[in-house]
Amino acid sequence: MQATLEALTEEMARDPAIFVLGEGIGKRGGNFRTTAGLYERYGPLRLCDTPICERGFVGLACGAAMAGARPVVDFMFVDFVLDALGEIFNQIAKVQYMSGGRLRMPVLLRGCIGVGHSAATHHSGSYHPLFAHIPGLRVAVPSNPADAKGLLRHALRGHDPVVFLEHRELLGVKGPVPEGDWEIPFGRAAVVRPGKDVTVVALSLMVRHALAACAALEKEGISVELIDPRTVAPLDVDTVLASVRKTGRLLIVDEAFGPFGLGSEIAAQVAERGLDQLDAPIRRLHGAHAPTPYSPPLEAAVAPTAKTVERAIRDLLED
Amino acid sequence: MNGRDSSRALDLYRRMLLIRRCEEQLARGHQRGLIHGACHTYVGQEAVAAGVCAQLGAEDVVFSTHRGHGHALAKGVPPRELFAELLGRATGCSRGRGGSMHLFAPEVGLMGTSGIVGPCILQAAGAAYTFKLRADGRVAVAFFGDGAVNNGAFHEGLNMASIWKLPVVFVCENNQFATEVPFSYSAGNPDVASRGAAYGLPGVAVDGNDVLAVDVAAEEAVRRAREGGGPTLLECRTYRTRPHSEGMPDFTYRTREEVEEWKARCPLARLRVKLLEGGTPRNWRRSRRKSRGPSRTPRSSPRKVPGPTRPPRPRTSTRSRGSCPRRPSAPLARSRSCRPPSRR
Repeated sequence: MQATLEALTEEMARDPAIFVLGEGIGKRGGNFRTTAGLYERYGPLRLCDTPICERGFVGLACGAAMAGARPVVDFMFVDFVLDALGEIFNQIAKVQYMSGGRLRMPVLLRGCIGVGHSAATHHSGSYHPLFAHIPGLRVAVPSNPADAKGLLRHALRGHDPVVFLEHRELLGVKGPVPEGDWEIPFGRAAVVRPGKDVTVVALSLMVRHALAACAALEKEGISVELIDPRTVAPLDVDTVLASVRKTGRLLIVDEAFGPFGLGSEIAAQVAERGLDQLDAPIRRLHGAHAPTPYSPPLEAAVAPTAKTVERAIRDLLED
Repeated sequence: MNGRDSSRALDLYRRMLLIRRCEEQLARGHQRGLIHGACHTYVGQEAVAAGVCAQLGAEDVVFSTHRGHGHALAKGVPPRELFAELLGRATGCSRGRGGSMHLFAPEVGLMGTSGIVGPCILQAAGAAYTFKLRADGRVAVAFFGDGAVNNGAFHEGLNMASIWKLPVVFVCENNQFATEVPFSYSAGNPDVASRGAAYGLPGVAVDGNDVLAVDVAAEEAVRRAREGGGPTLLECRTYRTRPHSEGMPDFTYRTREEVEEWKARCPLARLRVKLLEGGTPRNWRRSRRKSRGPSRTPRSSPRKVPGPTRPPRPRTSTRSRGSCPRRPSAPLARSRSCRPPSRR
């Protein structure tokens, strides 16, 4: 969280067109401290507390970007911004194309995703596949502080609308963040750890679960190559294909729903372009296709964990 | 009418006439199969776009609806670019990607028309937020119909504009039907202007078929916005005298008599009568020469106006991108009454 705050603070100093819209992002500094200290520095016009009207302020951000500003919409939980899907899909995503590129749409839409803390079904969604389905949107879903900072800075310097989603269970995670003025371009997956027996593609919190699974399997001599796409639109399938050429086996792990999801898309593209590289059927591990329950044991059953990732890798190796 | 007033009235008349003539040609083009998809004309409502846009500078912006040809023309989109867009040409204002409902010309402040009811209200508030952030004195206008005022965007947009005192004017063109559903049926409070009070902003109702009244009301609203006084809700009560969309049946939800009654209140005819009350205005000739407007009297018959009888030759999008002529050339150049109005 501190990493993205640094990026936002630096970019707001560099670009006076950036302003932030959201509930409680002013004096309060954001529900997740996403804007802590910025109100004191930049004032109420650039740190604009909104009424609870997601459709309204997302639509307002669209118009503000058309007129030359660079709005950051901090919608807290992705579940809340579903009220604004019409503005995002029909307006924000389409304006650049429909205007023949004469209008730009540098809107950053950011918020949290993910199951955890018994937040229950209206505070636990992961809807990145929904946004990635729409032409014109870019979707970043980082898994560590350095990537979060680099991707956020890239979003704040581009012309396109970006949906930037952080798993709430990752917000407190610490990690090394390089100093200086650098950014991470979209559409470039990271090879989190190299391996030779099996390729695992994991996103967001699932990268941490997969790392834990990899460590457990390594003790048994199983070598896993772990890939983090970092952005799901654009999606870097080339890196996955290069890995599958080496390992012949592919597992995709994503907490979001499976049908028409990240796993389906990667599996389809790998099958189209590299079917002959596969030694086993492609496997997917997703969150349960169900609303997220409240009760802790029920909640624990709907999202992938390090244990279920480990089991899925073992199953794949037996195929 | 004194000289200054009649000169201004003539300017408004030209804006309305430009819209009327273009819409008539577009309707014919639709009948002949030259225009594809939906085509929502603005016939009968010309006074609203003309009166409001006459109060705007080139740097001000408008956001519009599915019935947006009039707003585009009044804001200064060259008729040729509008026609080319509806004909599906690369020389259209949206490069052929939008058609009737998706007109974009940011060069002249037309920030977009939309096939979805409501977003223009929020987007105008957003542009106004940018203007406030930059403190550059510009004003944003949202045009929307009565159908939009029962939509959440109206509630959310007016409330935000009010609490942040945004330089925006919300212009409701109450033409009394949301497609074919009567506003009297769909509104718990059919007095749109009175809804301004619910958001703590002034609501003003005017006769939307009286361009001089719209002009005066818009002047006050735009001045208020520009001076930092915040938004105004302007309800212009009017009527569309053509069907919701070209080619649709028109008398299942309203009567011929009602339509004829409103045709008799034609905003162009009403202004023409006023202009000619004291004979030909003294500065008629001078004003006409200055603005290079119609050389005939504005009463020239629509039948004499040559329209886009032949579609432009198709071009590739890459070659023609950004090269739309600013001034209309043949065949529209022969149509003197279709020239863009002089900019104030």
